[in-house]
Amino acid sequence: MTCTEFLALLDDMIDDSATAMRADLQEHLRTCDHCEVTLNTTRKTIQIYRSHQLYEMPSSLRDRLHAAIMARCKKGC
Amino acid sequence: MATIQPIAENEQHPDVALVERVRAGDVSAYDELVRKYDRQVFRIAQHITQNREDAEDVMQDAFLKAYEKLDQFQGNSKFYTWLVRIAVNESLMRLRKRRTGKMVSIDEDVATDDGSVPRDLADWAPDPEQNYTQSELQKILEKTIKGLPPGFRVVFELRDVQGLSTEDTAEALGLSVPAVKSRLLRARLQLRERLSRYFKRKSTRSAANSTASDGRKG
Ligand SMILES: [Zn+2]
Repeated sequence: MTCTEFLALLDDMIDDSATAMRADLQEHLRTCDHCEVTLNTTRKTIQIYRSHQLYEMPSSLRDRLHAAIMARCKKGC
Repeated sequence: MATIQPIAENEQHPDVALVERVRAGDVSAYDELVRKYDRQVFRIAQHITQNREDAEDVMQDAFLKAYEKLDQFQGNSKFYTWLVRIAVNESLMRLRKRRTGKMVSIDEDVATDDGSVPRDLADWAPDPEQNYTQSELQKILEKTIKGLPPGFRVVFELRDVQGLSTEDTAEALGLSVPAVKSRLLRARLQLRERLSRYFKRKSTRSAANSTASDGRKG
């Protein structure tokens, strides 16, 4: 297996634990530092974005929306 | 050929009951849907428009539109998927307004291999984010994701941050499943590549230096 072939399957591996991984992929990982680093740091990339939510929504926005919905509702719901 | 997988028949999503209540005239059920999804919708709008005011307007308009069109909502897709689709269209409309003449669409495939082939293969420090303050880190993450095409950002947000399935992401964005997969892979690899600049392990020499100069404040 080449690194390109391995990376093409990255999608399926991201959430898999090492044990759930296909044998040929595990074998490539064992012998290829590049792909091991790529897999680990890609996982870390996702984890960092998951745990640091960007773009905090202003709380006033929810109130504004609520008011707009109520206004429409009074007209006919 | 991409197909959208059908939703399991005997599995009812909790939103279905909320939507039914709204249809029966219970507006408080709609508030529940808003509280559940408003932040996520806001983020999607930010990723596409890259403009705070636009994102605020899109969030409002998307929920209002969904409320008004609720009768058209078919139970064969998830409420959130349907809502995202409305929000994406609203976002694209805003973009078109701002950049008149320039066609903007979520499925314009961006021919960029930048970062798709990993070049920076240095490993990262164990907890690399801890070398930065919260606000520094926030800036790094925003700056990094802004460098990606909008169609990549929103796929990454839906799949990896919000945890939607590939099929739901495809449906929400009007893309094929293979298109979602290829964008996701490129988005992940490009983000990884760009973050490496900040997060990679310092070379052995500078690591030795920093251990030697022990007087550093922690
Ligand atoms: Zn490899």
